[in-house]
Amino acid sequence: MSKVGTKEPRERGIEILSVTVAIIIWQLIADLVVNNKFILPSFTDVLFAFIKIIEGGILFTDLTISLLHFGIGILSALLIGIPIGMAMGWFKTVNRALDPLIEIIRPIPPLAWIPFAIVWFGLTHTSAGFVVFIGAVFPVIINTFDGFKSVPKVYVEAAKVLGCMSSGALIRHVALPSALPSIASGIRISMGVGWMCLVAAEMFGVSTNGLGYKIWWHYYLHQMDFVLVYMLILGFLGLFIDRVFRWYVNGQLLKWRAGVVV
Amino acid sequence: MGEVKVSGVSVAFEKEDGESTLALDNVDLDIKDKEFVCFIGPSGCGKTTLLRTIAGLEMPDVGQITLDGEDITIPDSTRGMVFQEYSLFPWRTVIQNITFGPQMKGIPKNKVLEVAEKYLKLVGLEQFRESYPYELSGGMRQRVAIARALANEPKVLLMDEPFGALDAQTRNTLQKELLQVWATDQITIIFVTHSVDEAVFLADKIVVMSARPGRIKKVINIDLPRPRERTSSEANELRNQLLKMLAEERRN
Repeated sequence: MSKVGTKEPRERGIEILSVTVAIIIWQLIADLVVNNKFILPSFTDVLFAFIKIIEGGILFTDLTISLLHFGIGILSALLIGIPIGMAMGWFKTVNRALDPLIEIIRPIPPLAWIPFAIVWFGLTHTSAGFVVFIGAVFPVIINTFDGFKSVPKVYVEAAKVLGCMSSGALIRHVALPSALPSIASGIRISMGVGWMCLVAAEMFGVSTNGLGYKIWWHYYLHQMDFVLVYMLILGFLGLFIDRVFRWYVNGQLLKWRAGVVV
Repeated sequence: MGEVKVSGVSVAFEKEDGESTLALDNVDLDIKDKEFVCFIGPSGCGKTTLLRTIAGLEMPDVGQITLDGEDITIPDSTRGMVFQEYSLFPWRTVIQNITFGPQMKGIPKNKVLEVAEKYLKLVGLEQFRESYPYELSGGMRQRVAIARALANEPKVLLMDEPFGALDAQTRNTLQKELLQVWATDQITIIFVTHSVDEAVFLADKIVVMSARPGRIKKVINIDLPRPRERTSSEANELRNQLLKMLAEERRN
């Protein structure tokens, strides 16, 4: 089963030591070498900025708004990407029809869609969600497709001789569960890409709130310590989402697989 | 009832270059109800193809196969199948694997579980009820696969070298268990093997096949009393006879 969180105390000790040393070096360089809060805020500058943000009470709003953008994008990517990937993996004709379209659209960087996002949806949450969606949907489609294409033939045949005959039943009872590990790693990749798109979308003014927007805003105010706080929050939040997802998938959804899956 | 009649069946496979190879050539075979039949022959003789055609997984190009007088064209639950490779659904527990067939038939839930428990007991794996396939040994997996096929209460059980991947000890045990299951469940079993020992120990009737194109070379009825002694002189005699026949085939 999942090995997350079962490290030995010795390994933990090394990890804590490594992070502590990095923080001390950072503090020393910022204070003694650079000595310029605009170019490199020190650890304590960032800490005080963080306390100010907490006291101001706006962190919660930005957090919720960013998660809303992220949620809109990822959910729609799953709702649209998984069925498309399933259909392409199961029916050869659908694959033939959709594959060229996807291959043409996929290489367009998601951020290039920002102007159209604004034209189509205005400066709304949907607009930011759309940019996240564009970044997230392709890994979902491709991994679902892969998972469906590589369903072992013997499972399909075993199901058929057991009386599971229609495409619908075979997809539901055989192909989908068999493809689940592949779909799960697709979702994991898409969440990583979506998280990056989120910040960019918010920075470009698609939204007037959110963690990404705040980075840009504080940059204009030349408050680089605040910029760094929001960068770190984004990093930790991304890590947290990924860990929760992995815990859920490995420990609950795919416990039928030996070892860590995604 | 589980009477299988194969009449004039030919199956051809198309290769990538467009040429086709004949896997089965005009095969006729009668299998009686509750009979234990083994197909044996060199690799590539079409014994698996014949079995898959009876299952409905392949279509005959010529001829027809009937079960109790009804034409077989697609797979359905009247014929259960146990595959050579491990075919349990890894995302389902042992009991969920066994309930798969009855569930697909739309049988009510409590009834499904009742049937599944019965066959789980029959293969002696009650304490592994909630285990996932990856937690089981090869022998246990094939036991569950047998229970899963039987839970659908088929008329004919088709087995494609089911014990081929197991070690000799486990294989012997499973052969004995299969005979017990067969005695309890009273169904027709068609069993593909490349092992002469296995065929002599299990079968009422051994169908020896010849290679390329697959034809039936000889059908041997075995009247050895059951339970059989693996090392009795009659069994040895039969084994020699079969081995000679197979060696001849290999030379051709």
